[in-house]
Amino acid sequence: MKTRFDAIIIGGGILGVSIAYELAKAGLKNICVLERHYLASGSTGRCGGGFRQQWSTEPNTRLAMASVKRLEGIEAELGYQTEFFQGGYLIVAHSDEEVAQFRKNVAMQQRLGLDVKMVGPDQAREIVPHLDVSKIKMATWCPTDGHISPFLLTQAYANAAKRLGAEIHLWTTVTGLMKKSNTFFVMTDKGPYECNLLFNCAGSFARTIGSMINVDIPVDPYRHEILVTEPVERLWNPMVISFGIGLYTRQEKNGGVVMGMGDPNEPVGTCVGSSMHFMYEMSRRFTTLFPKLAGLRIVRQWAGLYEMTADAQPILGPVDEVENFYQASGFSGHGLMLAPAVSQLMAEQVTTGRTSIPIDDLHVRRLRGAQAVHREKSVV
Amino acid sequence: MKIVCRCQDVTEEEVVAALRQGATTIDEIKRLVRAGMGPCQGRTCRRLVSQIIARELKEPMAQVFPPTFRPPNRPVPFKLVMAEYERQEADERKKAAKAKGGKK
Ligand SMILES: Cc1cc2nc3c(=O)[nH]c(=O)nc-3n(C[C@H](O)[C@H](O)[C@H](O)COP(=O)(O)OP(=O)(O)OC[C@H]3O[C@@H](n4cnc5c(N)ncnc54)[C@H](O)[C@@H]3O)c2cc1C
Ligand code: FES
Repeated sequence: MKTRFDAIIIGGGILGVSIAYELAKAGLKNICVLERHYLASGSTGRCGGGFRQQWSTEPNTRLAMASVKRLEGIEAELGYQTEFFQGGYLIVAHSDEEVAQFRKNVAMQQRLGLDVKMVGPDQAREIVPHLDVSKIKMATWCPTDGHISPFLLTQAYANAAKRLGAEIHLWTTVTGLMKKSNTFFVMTDKGPYECNLLFNCAGSFARTIGSMINVDIPVDPYRHEILVTEPVERLWNPMVISFGIGLYTRQEKNGGVVMGMGDPNEPVGTCVGSSMHFMYEMSRRFTTLFPKLAGLRIVRQWAGLYEMTADAQPILGPVDEVENFYQASGFSGHGLMLAPAVSQLMAEQVTTGRTSIPIDDLHVRRLRGAQAVHREKSVV
Repeated sequence: MKIVCRCQDVTEEEVVAALRQGATTIDEIKRLVRAGMGPCQGRTCRRLVSQIIARELKEPMAQVFPPTFRPPNRPVPFKLVMAEYERQEADERKKAAKAKGGKK
């Protein structure tokens, strides 16, 4: 088995495989992804599958817009069906403060060229008929947001990367890192690997990987629970988000309604067990917004990890301490949707030293020291 | 054509195709072709899927990586979950009241 590569990518989630594909497409030979379990076994395979461009910070909005543009052509480019569906995102506001914040967000997003607007309760009900609109003041609506199957998108990138010659080594756990002159030695449970370019795409475990070579990558894992109901006839098309109640929900292509929520009491940790508390709390929140759907039956509940940074924005690009050690982590619960753009930018960065969308503001150094951070507010 | 997962209408060919793409576990088959995602949550098809994996990868059944079992055990409506929650809360309140009364 080959163990000497030009580039090694740690992590077989959406970031790892999309970066492998983009590097191969940019002409790099000898690329290998190391994944300790199977593809998408981390956060990617557990996520909600939504992609949206409605963010409160400019960097996130820009990246998400570039991603969606890219996703629009992804099935044709990668030659794989992914359940890509632009059903829109409806984000509901319950208070005047929220309405004020959303107006600001929409103004910024429109300035960047996004097709997004504020709608009243009646229009919101037309878009999502089962919504109890007596609970909402306004909503924002972007018809080009949507959702996609995270497994199929991961497999699509993986297959395409392999066709371009990249290798993917599953069931291979990275246990240590060392660098001598220009060569990285990547220790694994299957023996040592060598490379010149190293990518940390370990998601919620990015900090562990960084610490193997004394680079602090301040990403904290938090469990996020999620569930799906039995399949039913089409109810609505968009993803619906409420930051006030704290939930997001969408209907899958096969009819099941997927929903998840944030829990501010969740401690830092990598446990992904399911809790009874979540089942109760999710039921309460969902039926608050959709009282007519109280009879829907839950068939499965699971959990994954949000990879949080202090400003809820990703860590991208090189680090100051170790040359040729690139980061793409800390996506804070929205890595699936940013991957299509971020992977392209990472490939641009290593092949040309420049990126078509600036990512300097997302360098890890912003999170070090005591400067105030500009936090992304639109996170469930 | 042989149906492996009747809840989701998944054929043996589809499972084999997923294995040819590099999948090695029941959980991956579930994620890629939805075998095991139906109302019975794989109770019916899990064994069949692991047989196919064992056969295709030429390994003993016992070697096939076990799937994750996820709650709930049976489909359960939101309103039932809520009713149970309210019942438990009422119980707690009663207990608390009793404990208070006992102390007097
Ligand atoms: C419940 C939930 C809902 C979400 N909903 C959405 C959504 O709707 N839209 C969206 O865009 N995002 C969503 N997210 C966030 C999204 O899942 C993540 O941001 C994204 O999947 C991150 O991808 P990744 O490749 O960086 O990480 P991961 O998918 O976690 O991949 C990292 C991989 O690295 C591997 N790894 C770790 N350590 C090692 C090691 N030492 N050696 C080898 N391999 C290792 C892991 O096994 C893992 O497979 C959600 C997340 C959760 C938990
Ligand atoms: S038979 Fe496969 S999920 Fe029920």
